[in-house]
Formats: sequence, C-alpha cells, structure tokens
Amino acid sequence: MKTLRSMALRFAGLFRKERREQEFADEIESHLQMQVDDNVRAGMTPVEARRTALLKLGGIEQTKQAYRERGTVPFLETLRQDLHFAFRQFRKNPGFALTAIIILALGIGASTAIFSAVNPVIFRSLPYPNADRVMKLWEMRRGDLPMYVTYATYHGMRERSRSFEWLAVVKAWQPAMIGTREPERLEGERVSFDYFRVLSVEPALGRNFERADDRHKGPNVVILSDGLWRRRFGADPGIVGRQITLDDNLYTVLGVMPRSFENVVGGSAELWAPLQYDDSLPSDGREFGHHLQMIGRLRPHVSTHDAGNESRVMMQTLGQMYAKGYDSSGGAPKGMLVYPLQKDITRDVRPVLYAILGGVALVLLIACVNVTNLLLARGAQRRAEFAMRAAVGAGRARLLQQLVTESLLLALAGGAIGMLLAEAGVRILLALSPAELPRKELIHLDPAVFLFALMMTTLVGIFVGIIPAFYAWHTDPHTALQENSRTTSSSQQLTRRTLVVAEVAIALVLLVSAGLQLRSIRRLFAMPAGFDSSHLLTMQVQEYGKRFDDNKVRARFYERALGAVREVPGVEAAAFTSQLPLSGDSETNSLYFEACPNDKALGAYRYGVSPDYFTTMHIPLLRGRLLTENDRAEMPGAVVISESLANRLFPAGNALGQRVRMGPDIDRPDRPWQAIVGIVGDVKQESLATDDPAAFYTTPTQWAWVDPVQSLVVRTQGDPAPMATAIRRAIWSVDKDEPIVRVATLQNLVIASEAERRFALVLFEAFALAGLVLAATGIYGVLSGSVTERTREIGVRAALGASPANILSLFVGQGMKLTVVGAVIGILGALATSRALLTLLFSVSATDPVTYAGVTLLLAAVAAVACWIPARRAARVDPAITLRAE
Amino acid sequence: MADKKDVWQGTLALMVLKTLQTLGPLHGYGIARRIEQISGDMLSLNYGTLYPALLKLEQEGSITSEWGVSENNRKAKFYRLTRAGRKQLEQEAREWEQTTSILARFLSPGEEQA
Repeated sequence: MKTLRSMALRFAGLFRKERREQEFADEIESHLQMQVDDNVRAGMTPVEARRTALLKLGGIEQTKQAYRERGTVPFLETLRQDLHFAFRQFRKNPGFALTAIIILALGIGASTAIFSAVNPVIFRSLPYPNADRVMKLWEMRRGDLPMYVTYATYHGMRERSRSFEWLAVVKAWQPAMIGTREPERLEGERVSFDYFRVLSVEPALGRNFERADDRHKGPNVVILSDGLWRRRFGADPGIVGRQITLDDNLYTVLGVMPRSFENVVGGSAELWAPLQYDDSLPSDGREFGHHLQMIGRLRPHVSTHDAGNESRVMMQTLGQMYAKGYDSSGGAPKGMLVYPLQKDITRDVRPVLYAILGGVALVLLIACVNVTNLLLARGAQRRAEFAMRAAVGAGRARLLQQLVTESLLLALAGGAIGMLLAEAGVRILLALSPAELPRKELIHLDPAVFLFALMMTTLVGIFVGIIPAFYAWHTDPHTALQENSRTTSSSQQLTRRTLVVAEVAIALVLLVSAGLQLRSIRRLFAMPAGFDSSHLLTMQVQEYGKRFDDNKVRARFYERALGAVREVPGVEAAAFTSQLPLSGDSETNSLYFEACPNDKALGAYRYGVSPDYFTTMHIPLLRGRLLTENDRAEMPGAVVISESLANRLFPAGNALGQRVRMGPDIDRPDRPWQAIVGIVGDVKQESLATDDPAAFYTTPTQWAWVDPVQSLVVRTQGDPAPMATAIRRAIWSVDKDEPIVRVATLQNLVIASEAERRFALVLFEAFALAGLVLAATGIYGVLSGSVTERTREIGVRAALGASPANILSLFVGQGMKLTVVGAVIGILGALATSRALLTLLFSVSATDPVTYAGVTLLLAAVAAVACWIPARRAARVDPAITLRAE
Repeated sequence: MADKKDVWQGTLALMVLKTLQTLGPLHGYGIARRIEQISGDMLSLNYGTLYPALLKLEQEGSITSEWGVSENNRKAKFYRLTRAGRKQLEQEAREWEQTTSILARFLSPGEEQA
C-alpha cells in the first residue's frame, strides 16, 4: 500500500513541476535563513554565516537534484528530458529527421504491403481440416503437361484407389436466375457428390450431397453459399427444402454452406449442384471429355509421391479398359499428375509473386543501408557533442539512453507513416492485382508483418544510433574535444562509401528488373492482336429459359437482338461470336481435313460467328470470301480458317476449296464434308504473348449447335463505354429475361489479359524508383558530409589558385567514382539474378544490352545531379571566410 | 571528521519520526539540528540529505507538511506526524530494539561459553 501510494505520487510528480520546484526552493531558502540567523547569533559575519550554512547543507543544486529524483520517477524524468532534447535536435536539423523518417516509412510501408499481399496467397495453408492432404489431380498429355480429367478416369479411380480417402470432380456451371431485379447469371459448380467431403466441410444448414443425388437424370438439387443465401434469399432460415428457379428449372435447396467456407477450386462459385453423369460410361458420351477438375483427399500417412505412382498405374489399367471411350477424345492419357492443392492453385502466380518478394526485399535492404549511412554521418557530426557530455560527467547508460530514445523516436514516426503507406499500398495492390490471383479476399494489412518490418528497421536504427556513444567512451574526451568537430575518421569514411556503393548496386538491380519488364510489355502491346480493338464494346449474352432449347429459336433470338442493337444510334457495326479474343474464353475443337487423313485430332480455336464478325472486328480477309447471310443450316457448309492454319496445312497455298469435317463425331463417315471458303488474318486468342492463332469460323447455324452463350461485339462511332446502357436496353427490348455479363471495351479486355505482367511491372517500377531515390540520397549525403568536413581544405586549395571548376570536378569525380563502382557491381548482380524474371519477360532477353545501358545511363544521370549539388556548394566556398573561421 | 559516522538512510527516517514524536511539528532545519544534538555530534549529517527522506516519508503518508512561521518569525514548512506515522514509528522502534538486542548478545564476550 505504502509503496503504491508513493509510486502514484511520484508519477503525479511528473506534472506541475514548476510549482513544486518553486516550493522546494522556498523551503531550502527558509532553511538557510534559519541557519544563517543561528550562525550570526553565534558571532559569524553574515557572509561567513551563509557560506557555512551552504556547506552544511551540501550545496543547493545537489540537494534540489536529490529531492527531484525522489520527487518523480528518475527514468521517466530523464526520458522526458531526452524526448524534449530529441525533438529539439530534430527541429534544429529537420532535413536529417525528415529523410530518416521518410526512408523508414518507405521501407516499412512497402515491405508490409507486399508481404501482406503475398503471405495469404503463397504461404497460408488452405482453410480445410488437414489441408496438406488435399491434392489436385490432372491427366497427363503429351509433353508431360497437365490436362483436365474425364469422368471415366474419376469413376475408375474412385472405385480402385487405396491412396485417396475421397475423390471428386468439378466443372464450372453458370445458371441464370431471374426475379424482381435484372436477370442475373450466377457463378456455380457442378460437382460429384463427394466434393465437400474431399474438403472436409459440411453445410451449416441442411445436408451434404449423397451418392443418390449424383446419379444420371437424378433430381434437381442445389447447395447455396452463405453469400448467395443472404443476398438473394434474405438469409431465410427455412430455405432448406424450398424450390428455386435456375435456368427455368426448379431446384430443391439441400443446404447452405458455412460463412467461413472458402471455395478454393473455382473461387467465385456461389452454388453447387450434382454432376449427374452416366456411370455406365457410354463410349461416345461426355463422360470421356477432358473438361473436369479433380481433387482428392489422401488417406493419413500416404505421401504425394506414392499417390502419384498408384494413380499412374491405375490410369494405364483404365486406358486399356476403356480404350474406345478414350480414343473418342484423343486417346488415353499417358499418366496422372498429383500435386498438393495449395501448390496447384498458386502455380501460375508463384513466379511473379516470388519476383515481387525479391524486389521488395531489395527495397527494404536499401532502406536499411540508407538509414545506417544517415545515422553514421549524423553520429560522426555529433562526436564532439558526446565527448563533451562524457567530459561533464554523463554516464554510459545516460548517453545510451539518450541515443536510443532518439532512434526510437525516428523509428516510431517512420513506423506510423509506414503503417499508413502500407494500408494504402494494400488497397492499391488489390486494385491492381490480376483476376487470376487466388484467395484475394484474404489479403489485408497483416499486423504481424508490420511489426516485423518495424522491428527490423528499429533494430538497425538503434544499433547504428548508438555508435556515437561508443566513440565517446573509447576516445579520450580531451582529444575528441580538441579534434576538429567536423572531421571523421577514415575508417568511418570507408564504411560510408562502401554502403553507398552497395546502395547504387542494389538500385541498379532493381532498375534492370523494371527496365526489362517495361520493354517486355512495350513489345507485347506492340504485338498485333489481329483485330482493331479501338471503339469496340463487348458484352456476353446468355439465353435463359426452356423456350430456347430449340436451336432455331435460339438462333432467331440472337439475330433479332443483333437487329435491335444495330438500330441504336452511334452503332457502326455489330456481331455475335461464340468466343471472344483475349477475354479468357478458350474453346478448341477438332478438324479433320480430307487431304490430311493421318491428322485426325487436329485442334483449333472454334468460333461460331454472325457473318459481320470480321468486318466489325476489322479482321482482314486474305483470300476467298467471308461468311454471309446465305451460309445457313440448309446450305452447303462454309468454313473460314486463319492464315497460319492454312499455311501450316497447305504450304503450297491451295487451302481454298479443301474439304473438312469439324466438331464432335468427326469419325462418322456419314458426316457431311464442308468446304474452306476463305482465309482471314490471325487473331490472338489466349494472350498477346502466345503464338496460338490456328482457328476456324462457321456461322452458328452451320455448327452442331447454336451456342447458348455468345459475346456481342459492337463497333461504335464515338467512345464505346457510354453506349453500354443503350445497347443492353436494346437486347432486353427483344427479351427482358436474358442475363448480360462481362460488359467491357475490347481495349480494356486486351489490357486486362496482361494484368499479371502489368501488376509486376507497376510494382517493379515503384521499387526501382524507390531504389533510385534512395541511392541518390546516399550519394548526396556522403558527398555533402565530405564537403562540410573538407571546407578548410577547399579553402586552402582555392587560396592556392584552384578554380571553382577544379573544385567542382574534384567532388563530382569523387561521387561518380562511387557510382561507377556500384554500377559495375550492380550490373554483375543483375546478370546473375535477372533470370528469375524469365517468366515475366517477352521477346526481351534477361541480358538485353539496351536495357542495361539505358538504366545505367539513367542512374548515372541521377547520380550526377546528386553529386553536383554538394559540389557546387564546395565550389562557392570563400577561402577568406573559411580560413579565418578555423 | 573521520570518526563521525555517516547517517544510514533507514535509520534517518526513524530518527525523523522519533524527533517529530518528541518535539511535535517542526521544520526541516529544526529536525536536522535536533538529530545532530541528540547524537552528540557523533553523526555527520549533510542537512541536504534530510529533504529527500522527508519527501519519502510524506509520499508514504507517515508525515504531512504545511507552511507556518518559525519561532524566529521566519516562514518555514512544518512537518507533523500522522496516525500512520505514529504506528510506523512504534513498529520500527520495536524492530530496531530487537535487532540491536540480538546483535548485542552476539557481540558481547563470553556469551557463547555459557
């Protein structure tokens, strides 16, 4: 109790100090007066009396100090003093404090933002029980590459596998839902009954799928996600057992998944229905189509390796058992590939993210080096100050405490601003991030990462910050005070120069990385896409309702919709296509040319297009004719193929008029032959970077079916974006129930198709800029310090006849020497590391001389400016003033 | 000076409390003089060291202080024992007596043979 009470009073003593000090001064004064009275009475002179009284007291200041220490908490009291002093120091030298804080904030902010974004994507384990046992399985095609799995493979493996506890297959499903609002197309999945069992997640409401739900022609049942249940059904607790309408069919709701359920396979799916394929595996059915994704849960203590081996052996057995079925879709797979799901979903983005992690690590490193350098320079300037403090009796602990306080203050300020930067950075990253980035919704500012970055920079700050204190202890205060306060030891100079060289080298590596990517993306967007993307608007239209089950009705709807769109003012041309270039669509189908009987399963992109598609997209006709309104179902089949397909098969240039069979049932001899009527320019389908333009085009009615989902492309006279509303209204004027999605300008689609590269590029540009600025700051700092220290020498030189130009070149030369050494090391470093960027590069080699030369020049130019500013100061030194000043 | 004893901090507090109990409210100078007199000038007391001790006792609630006028008409701060201070004095005095008597027995010659 007693201690508590006195502690409280002592903390209280930290406040209202002036009054208390005054009161104690009064008390001491009255004490002295009383003794002086006594002494005078004892016969001393007043002067002697006061002197004796003071002696007896032991000194006024000492007494006050002892009283003060008892009156407050000494540690906090000195901390208060230190903070006060530190603030004064920073105010006196705001340049130093600001630079240090900005560097710290940049380092902490950038690394926190990046690690926050990358951590959940790459490192956080999947949100399922024993997630490490969940595998992704692929069939293996030629070249040991993965491809989608057939239902037959799933069915066979499910019955035979000992390695897997559960296996499941899943495919995308996009049912439409109409209601009081605009028709909506939902993202869903058709899954085998054991899908949620592989993931070990049960519905929160209702029940899971049972085997009986997943039989051929089974009941229409559906499980909803928590999000859809809340959004469309108001979180109705009685939803289970109710019927909802999807695609004009009634579905019974079986259950609702828990809110925490994260659907890693097929991300945005909001509802699931059973697959309901035919377990009798008809050899000409979809059961042998490679279009399913397969996942599996390993039994405990089974390794990925063993599961892979078992699956390969099983695949061989199945290949023999169902030879006929597999042959209908290009032959039995060569084997199976088994990967942990975690690895599988991040496979495409991992190289990019690792490159970005490497980049931000370099930025953090350069920030640490820079802060070190800054504090070293500052410490050197303050050596005399600390020698002085030591000389007048400041103890080691006291000096340390003050320096640590200053460093911590800087770190805290840097951390606070860094936190804001990180918060903004995470938002920017999310806005920029490519759509394929998995588990994006988990990305948020990670406090653990923030603390880590804060600690890193703070530790560096404290460690470097206390160096002046060591100098103060180890040098005799006498010599330190005598020594010119502005000179630094040569070993320290060397350290600082080495650090600057390191900064320049790291900055160059970052610049090379950014430069290579910049050139890649320039080349990429300079690649001809094969069509003119300006003034093109696109949207995807899906038919809805049983009345469209008839191909003819469906075709008529699209024709009428096209007519309505053409009526909209400002529309120049419009067409429908079954798939749109550079939009993520990817459908290939088989071709069989009469002239090439051995090449039966030739694959090419298949487009079902309305005749105006080529003129709308500005795809050039090279030979023959385009498709016309006359190419209807009852007319002889007409096919247009791409230039590269024509050249590949018919190098002699005789492609026109060749006869071809297309699509499913290619083998059936009763299938009619169709004729090649025209050859058009190549169009990039998947990506500007890939060379994949083998393609063929037919009218919708001359293909085996009329596609239920088609993309409208509209060429407009003016800016296409504002016309979207009018065009949508035109389509709904034909039928108001048709969902319309993916409304975008073609130009934006093309840019989005390279989102991953752009994402990495933007980040590396930011890193490189940060590196460049930091390196320039470093050069400037060292040179500026050097000019200050050598003012006297400069004065002597000037007095002896050196012209300002001589002195300017002396200092610029000194700075540029460091730059050159750093640049050479940086180039070597970049040559060694830029191969890590290979996946991000396009038609630019990792050792591209133009990039290396360009960024080196840029760096040299910036360094020259950083040298020139302090050098100019040196050149302006007036010898008369400096020499007198000593 | 060499034969004068420095005041040991713990005992200083006890002396202050005892002084205040005997003499009633008193200012710092008076307390210092009193301690010196009672000790028969055997103690060397820097008067200044008295004040942190007084502050500590006040923080712990054993004494309180208020400004008043001294016998020579000087303004001075007077310290007074509180109820808690009186209890503390009794207890510490008892403990001190015990300690000294134990030590005395230890140090007196011939005791251990008995």
